[in-house]
Amino acid sequence: MIKIEDLHKSYVMGSNSLHVLKGIDFNVKEGELVSIMGSSGSGKSTLLNILGMLDEADEGSYVLDGVPIKNLNEKVAAQYRNKFLGFIFQSFNLINYKNAVDNVAMPLYYQGIKRKERMDKAMHYLEKVGLAQWATHLPSELSGGQKQRVAIARALASDPKVLLADEPTGALDTKTSYEVMELIQGINDEGKTILVVTHEPDIAEMTKRIVNLKDGRIIDDTVVKQVIAKSYV
Amino acid sequence: MFDLERWQEIFETLSKNKLQTFLTMVSVFSGVLILIILIGFSTGIQNGVRSEFEQDATNRISIRAGITTKEFKGLNPGRRIQLRNEDFAEINRKYEEDIEYKTGIYNIWGGQTTYGKESGNYRIEGAYPDQQFIENASMVTGRFISQDDMDESRKIVVIGNQVKKDLFKDKDPIGESVKIFGINFKVVGVYTDPGGEREETRLFLPLPTAQKVFFGGDRIRSMAYTVKMSDNFDEAVALSAALSENFETDLKSKYSVSPDDRSAFRVNNTLEEARKIYSLIDTISAVFWFIGLGTIIAGVVGVGNIMLIVVKERTKEIGVRKALGALPSSIVGMILQEAIFITAIAGFSGLFLGVIALNIASPLIDSDFIKFPRVDFATSITIVLIIIFAGALAGYFPARRAAHIKPIEALRDE
Ligand SMILES: Nc1ncnc2c1ncn2[C@@H]1O[C@H](COP(=O)(O)OP(=O)(O)OP(=O)(O)O)[C@@H](O)[C@H]1O
Ligand SMILES: [Mg+2]
Repeated sequence: MIKIEDLHKSYVMGSNSLHVLKGIDFNVKEGELVSIMGSSGSGKSTLLNILGMLDEADEGSYVLDGVPIKNLNEKVAAQYRNKFLGFIFQSFNLINYKNAVDNVAMPLYYQGIKRKERMDKAMHYLEKVGLAQWATHLPSELSGGQKQRVAIARALASDPKVLLADEPTGALDTKTSYEVMELIQGINDEGKTILVVTHEPDIAEMTKRIVNLKDGRIIDDTVVKQVIAKSYV
Repeated sequence: MFDLERWQEIFETLSKNKLQTFLTMVSVFSGVLILIILIGFSTGIQNGVRSEFEQDATNRISIRAGITTKEFKGLNPGRRIQLRNEDFAEINRKYEEDIEYKTGIYNIWGGQTTYGKESGNYRIEGAYPDQQFIENASMVTGRFISQDDMDESRKIVVIGNQVKKDLFKDKDPIGESVKIFGINFKVVGVYTDPGGEREETRLFLPLPTAQKVFFGGDRIRSMAYTVKMSDNFDEAVALSAALSENFETDLKSKYSVSPDDRSAFRVNNTLEEARKIYSLIDTISAVFWFIGLGTIIAGVVGVGNIMLIVVKERTKEIGVRKALGALPSSIVGMILQEAIFITAIAGFSGLFLGVIALNIASPLIDSDFIKFPRVDFATSITIVLIIIFAGALAGYFPARRAAHIKPIEALRDE
């Protein structure tokens, strides 16, 4: 599903250049649930942003579901993001003046889907994350865990190939974090490929494979026995 | 444009920025309102002035004689110049090609006129048949003076509409006799004049009749002409000016008047005057447009500002939208539409209220120089286009900034 080879990325600030990713080779097969770990500043978010086509690598190749991702203009990148990827952010990034179901429907709007169908689909995903009865509530009326569920429903709405989650539990307490992980595990069980950036070992253990980054290199990549989040909830 | 969701979004964002939105709308609104009222009034001034000119033909030249004020060729100042039939005939011959209508006039002020028990004092003018066109008069009933009336010095009279109302009330005056200073004249026509009451309290007789009956001999008080109009207004003005000058020079040399004596002959060139006043009106209306557009520009800058603030506040949201697949063009469209919407709503309200205000004010204004202030359809359309263009302009810079927002930067958690 994801194939990257010898990926390099530097940030240039004035005369200084910060080499953040120093040659990453990394493959993800369909249906995997991978966590990316590493200390702060190791380049986890940078890697995820490149995978999410929000940023571009300086060197190396990236192939997503057989499509080479290279030199995309903004328009094509937007279309690919919409079609291939779902994003889950640490701070949820819901649109605060739109209610839950409207937030979930956003990616569908940009796919040009008609309003009625959009609402049906959005409701379906909202049900899936267990928030159907909160559909008309604004984000400000939801708890952190609920907001993240709405965000997950939104990421799922366009039925993307891959879900990219940057510290999805970073802003949540332990119990809520596990609930969110339970949801993510469930989605993965249905076959969706998911990448989760985290620095919490207990969260990482709930995935099927842990990739460790250090100073812009992968120092460890192991398949682990998945801890079922439900058992903690 | 007709996307319901888009509109919903616009209302949502605008209601989040109520105060700014309101203030901006007020400035666009008042800009358009001021523009409309100014344009309305400049149209009103135009109408007023035009109707002043329409009292008589606009290409009229009139000549009257007065008293010399300068010594010339041994003749003392203070000499009264008297125009005669012969002067009129000479000019007619010499400038036949450039003259359209012509009349010599012998007039009497305060001519006591009676019909039955009714009577009044009116201006009596002996004139040529052409006087009708020079005065821009049209017939209500009957006819104007004819060549036969002239040739036979008939005792007929054409009366103004006001005279008819005064003396005849509802009665048909045609064929009736009125007495002027005790002499009977047969009414053959009633005319109306765009100049209104003031111009309709006159009675026209054939010039030879007037000269005979009122002991005028071959004297005339004034002469009036109209210039042949060419299609080009400037050419017509030039011809009119040249003719006026020629008339004056000819008469001055004939009567031995100093070339720089300004009161011996008064030559009035309506076309030249019209041109001056019209160019003054053009200047006034240009100034009005300038002021109005200035206020609109101030409003537009306001809209641009609020949109910039909106874009800045929504940086994160725009980043999210882009991450979710929003094309740059859809972001630009959103901001532009918002700006056009605010400007248009405010602008149209201003337009609407301005037109209503003018409609209310119009009948209340009773001045010779401002008549029917209003904004015509073509001008309204122009203003509408200006408003829409202004809105687009106001949205352009914020929209460009929004389009350049990089999702990765917008989304970075602080
Ligand atoms: N746009 C940028 N310009 C300059 N430097 C950047 C930029 N983005 C990230 N960096 C730097 O690159 C390095 C890697 O950043 P990255 O966000 O990938 O780290 P991370 O592993 O996600 O860390 P954390 O766990 O704190 O989120 C950091 O040193 C960071 O300061
Ligand atoms: Mg990070």
